[in-house]
Amino acid sequence: MASVPASGHAPGSGAGQAAIEAAALRSDRFRLEREGDWARLEEIVSRMEKGRLSRLSDADLLELPVLYRTVASSLSVARETSLDAATLAYLEALVQRAWFLVYGPRTTLWSWAARFFGGEWSRAVRAIAPEMLVALLLMVAGTVVGWLLCVQDPDWYYSFVPGELAGERVPGATREVLLKGLFGNTGDSGLSVFAAFLFSHNSGVAILCFALGFAYGVPPLMLLVQNTTMLGAILWLYSGVDLTWEIAGWLAIHGTTELFAILLSGAAGLHIGRSMAFPGDRSILDAAAAAGQRAAVVMAGVILMLLIAGLLEGFGRQLIDTTGTRMAVGGGMLLFWLVYFFLFRRVPAGSEAE
Amino acid sequence: MSRLARAANSSRRVLVTPEGIAMPVTLASRGSRLGALMIDLMIITAAIIVLFVVLAFAKQGADAAMGVTDEPASSPAGQFLEIVAILAIFALRHGYFLMFELGPRGATPGKRMTGLRIAARDGKRLTTEMVLARNLLRDIELFLPIAAMTAASFAGGVASWTMALWLLVFALFPLFNKDRLRAGDLIAGTWVLEAPKTSLAAVLSTGQAATTGTSRTTGVAYRFGEEELAVYGEYELQTLERVLREDRPEALAAVQEAICRKIGWNPGAGDERAFLEAYYTQLRARLESGMRLGKRKADKFSA
Repeated sequence: MASVPASGHAPGSGAGQAAIEAAALRSDRFRLEREGDWARLEEIVSRMEKGRLSRLSDADLLELPVLYRTVASSLSVARETSLDAATLAYLEALVQRAWFLVYGPRTTLWSWAARFFGGEWSRAVRAIAPEMLVALLLMVAGTVVGWLLCVQDPDWYYSFVPGELAGERVPGATREVLLKGLFGNTGDSGLSVFAAFLFSHNSGVAILCFALGFAYGVPPLMLLVQNTTMLGAILWLYSGVDLTWEIAGWLAIHGTTELFAILLSGAAGLHIGRSMAFPGDRSILDAAAAAGQRAAVVMAGVILMLLIAGLLEGFGRQLIDTTGTRMAVGGGMLLFWLVYFFLFRRVPAGSEAE
Repeated sequence: MSRLARAANSSRRVLVTPEGIAMPVTLASRGSRLGALMIDLMIITAAIIVLFVVLAFAKQGADAAMGVTDEPASSPAGQFLEIVAILAIFALRHGYFLMFELGPRGATPGKRMTGLRIAARDGKRLTTEMVLARNLLRDIELFLPIAAMTAASFAGGVASWTMALWLLVFALFPLFNKDRLRAGDLIAGTWVLEAPKTSLAAVLSTGQAATTGTSRTTGVAYRFGEEELAVYGEYELQTLERVLREDRPEALAAVQEAICRKIGWNPGAGDERAFLEAYYTQLRARLESGMRLGKRKADKFSA
């Protein structure tokens, strides 16, 4: 609550006027004339700090920025005219408290989501296009390397695909065994748990991939290559028994979304790393902050893409049992993402990002 | 300067608000940030424990209602609750900080209890993107180093210790830069500040001694001449203000004696407050009118 001293009355009232006239100093008269506004701002700020937003009327909320500017200008005048250290300290603290609120995150989730889907996300993705190209090249290279090494020596397969993930899918497995894994799981129970697990796990990996970009972009590169050598090895295994088209469909239904998301998270990490290594004419800190905020938007989208990929992998792949349809779904998703990111060039109103 | 004063000084920064006003701020100490984090982690842990207890009871009840006795782990209710558990833990781990820092109070419960706020380093608006960015890095700063240290202490070996040490760099990042930024703060363009709290002190120039220079107890009028006021500057004025606000009799007496010695007056006893109020007001009036003309006198040594 505002601790208004005995002398602090609202300007204009009889007693307040008397106090203002009684003050010997011009700077104190200045203060006494404006104290009412200060106390009013302090009251609104205190109530907002305590989280009692519901008790605040709309009028109060509208008044906050106005009062904030009034008090901020009081502070600049007082700095030039007053030597009352206590008043200056009070004004500085009050301006700072109001500043936290006036310049705090004030968007609702709803309006943020509208801006995010209405162009902010695709714009952020386009901004990291060079890094996406690098990530894509690395992922392709990883796949090819995984494949070629397995062709040379099948033992490589075991170092690319961890045992618990491989299961029956090992070099030397018959076509029947491998085929069985790809189709005929429509009756499986536990699909939804699997989907939830995949989402949680993949999002964790994607966040890690992004976060490591902070270390000058090297770890996400390694993570991208490591993940795609596994892909190459699996492709090699299935193509050896003439199941290339089937495995491609099995992977594509969710893989176009999931691999795209992983590509984006790697690219987002790289983007931060690159702007820290080559900040241009900005300071490293400014460059890192600008890149980090852009990458954060991309990452919010990545989590969403992984949620969709988890659903496609957990449900879609088990319920859709033909390769043609799987390919259609996977291809359709890829087309959708590409169109949304690169052809949807709307700049949302009230954009907060630079 | 004492160590304490130096520490207080090193955490002062000046922000410029979008209105162009220089605003002094205080960086949050590393200790209170660690404290805030501990409180938040305890809340998250407690929430997870409560969630599991509730889910376990819910599963038991649902299984009994549906007559499931065999294979309880994969019962329909069990599966559904497992999904709830996976998603809830994901939401708690990644969403807790996000939700509170984006909320109207702009801080997690832990930060609120320790009096901390997040702010944009450039003084402009704290955006959703900044809060997102600073919280996306929590994994490598907090959960991964802990996991890696635990793994290394069990497994041993050069590789796992190297990994753990490398991750520790992220965890200890705030110790190695003067703005105490975490890695997340660095890429988000944010920092953590102390939330200030001061109340407005009374006006000093409305008392009788201040306005007219006359003492209420003795009726003596204190009038100081130009050369008697010219001996002090703003620094001494602020010291005098502090003494008047604290209002301790022995301090008042000591300061009165010091001033009288300086201006060649004979200090009387019993009327120190009136004397000092009058001197304070007249000195401030003199210094402030100089200020309006663009002449400032920092302390008694400056011209």
